[in-house]
Amino acid sequence: MYVAVKGGERAINNAHRLLAEKRRGDRDVAEIETSQIEQQLSLSVTRVMAEGSLYDRDLAALAIKQGRGDLIEAIFLMRAYRTTLPRFAFSKPVKTAEMDIARRISATFKDLPGGQILGPTFDYTHRLLDFTLMANGEEPATAHTADHPVDETMPRVLDDLLNYEGLIQDEPNPTNDDAPVADLTREAVKFPADRDLRLQNLARGDEGFVLALGYSTQRGYANSHAFVGEIRYGSVAVEIEPEELGFAIDIGDIELTECETVNKFKGSKTKLPQFTRGYGLVFGQNERKAISMALVDRAMRAREMGEQVMGPAQDEEFVMEHSDNVQATGFVEHIKLPHYVDFQGELELVRRMRAEVLERLAKADAADAENARSQPEAAE
Amino acid sequence: MTAQPAPQSGSDQGSIIDPATQARQRWMAVLARTDRAILEQEWHDHFADVQWSHLREPQIGMVMVRGRAGGAGQRFNLGEMTVTRCAVTLSDGTVGHAYVKGRDRIQAQYAALFDAIMQRDDTASDFIDMLAHQQAEAKRENARKVAATKVDFFTLVRGEDE
Repeated sequence: MYVAVKGGERAINNAHRLLAEKRRGDRDVAEIETSQIEQQLSLSVTRVMAEGSLYDRDLAALAIKQGRGDLIEAIFLMRAYRTTLPRFAFSKPVKTAEMDIARRISATFKDLPGGQILGPTFDYTHRLLDFTLMANGEEPATAHTADHPVDETMPRVLDDLLNYEGLIQDEPNPTNDDAPVADLTREAVKFPADRDLRLQNLARGDEGFVLALGYSTQRGYANSHAFVGEIRYGSVAVEIEPEELGFAIDIGDIELTECETVNKFKGSKTKLPQFTRGYGLVFGQNERKAISMALVDRAMRAREMGEQVMGPAQDEEFVMEHSDNVQATGFVEHIKLPHYVDFQGELELVRRMRAEVLERLAKADAADAENARSQPEAAE
Repeated sequence: MTAQPAPQSGSDQGSIIDPATQARQRWMAVLARTDRAILEQEWHDHFADVQWSHLREPQIGMVMVRGRAGGAGQRFNLGEMTVTRCAVTLSDGTVGHAYVKGRDRIQAQYAALFDAIMQRDDTASDFIDMLAHQQAEAKRENARKVAATKVDFFTLVRGEDE
């Protein structure tokens, strides 16, 4: 027993050394610096911050390097790190209406105040591999600069344009700030879950999972046909109100992507037909996630809207219990770890069951043979 | 389809803040956005003989960032961000505070020191103004690059400018 432990320890150490060597790769190739990851793989950094649920670009870059580019491993590292830090405060709700816009588009209004701002987007690229990026020394293109900056304030499509005509539902309880805010990092999730908890869960949920569920709502596994009212990506200031100061201070900017969807609603006996809303908000630039989140948020409002639950995206328990990729990875991958004792038990059980069956069959065969001998005519 | 904006409805409750606090909020916001190297250099160039001590050593922690459903509705917890805080006391008893994004203890310490200096006698106000100007310029420059990506449907439709 003791010998086995020692042997395992050496193997583990050597496995980790081999891992370190593999992480470094060919030593004739320059080592990647975390600042390069932070700057040039910024959308990986964004995803690790969002799902790691910790906004820190440098740490996310380090986690990506350490995880050899495995983003879920990097997310795991971020989650583990955040448990070591004290929480100083909750911020005031970020004012996305006052975002410094880097991108802002609407799919519902072509011509709108503030304009359609494309920003740094992959949209309309041809998705052809650009071999100049592979050639060393290629001078990258610099952005064009307009004479005038974008408008400082841009009206919100849902609140300022659609709601003007009363065509869309108001957000429920917009000013009830005395209500406590659920926090799944501090309390166990209970069902039915309110929208605050659902949004927190989706914001840190796995991008692929939320994407697939959002897609499922479009393919008919929820009846919530969506338009993108508005997507905005840019920087917002974060404000906290430290107790020792007694007033709000601005501690710096973070980048966010926000998506608001406009969804159909039939109306009821007591309500005029109105559009309804789905909401997505994610750290960094990630509109795939923001749109998916808005679709799933709207789908999970089925109960509130009195809609029949007909697809997984509408089932909050199904969605929220499976969205977290660190939890999911932990459970899925744990079955590769030693289960020797459990398996010995299973092995014993299967052997015993097989022996019992064989014994029963043997008895039955013997009885059949006995019958055949005593009543040969019955065989006909 | 052309849409028109609705009249603004006051969404966020703004309590009345006195001018001194407003000024302090402004410089704290500027300091939170300034690199450690710039703060350190300025301190060594002009404030190196100031006597001070830590009231609270620089400490790294987190702030839970909150959003609102639909941007204006129910609050929810979006995710955390790293933040460093520090508090210092000048020899005359003036206390300076800093809470800055990220994990740079030195930046937080100098931000707290400049907060104290600005409360004591304003002697860093030119420095703060210069930083504020630089930050506004950088923001404007970025907003001009973004503006170049604005879709100009109007020009496309007319096609008579050539």
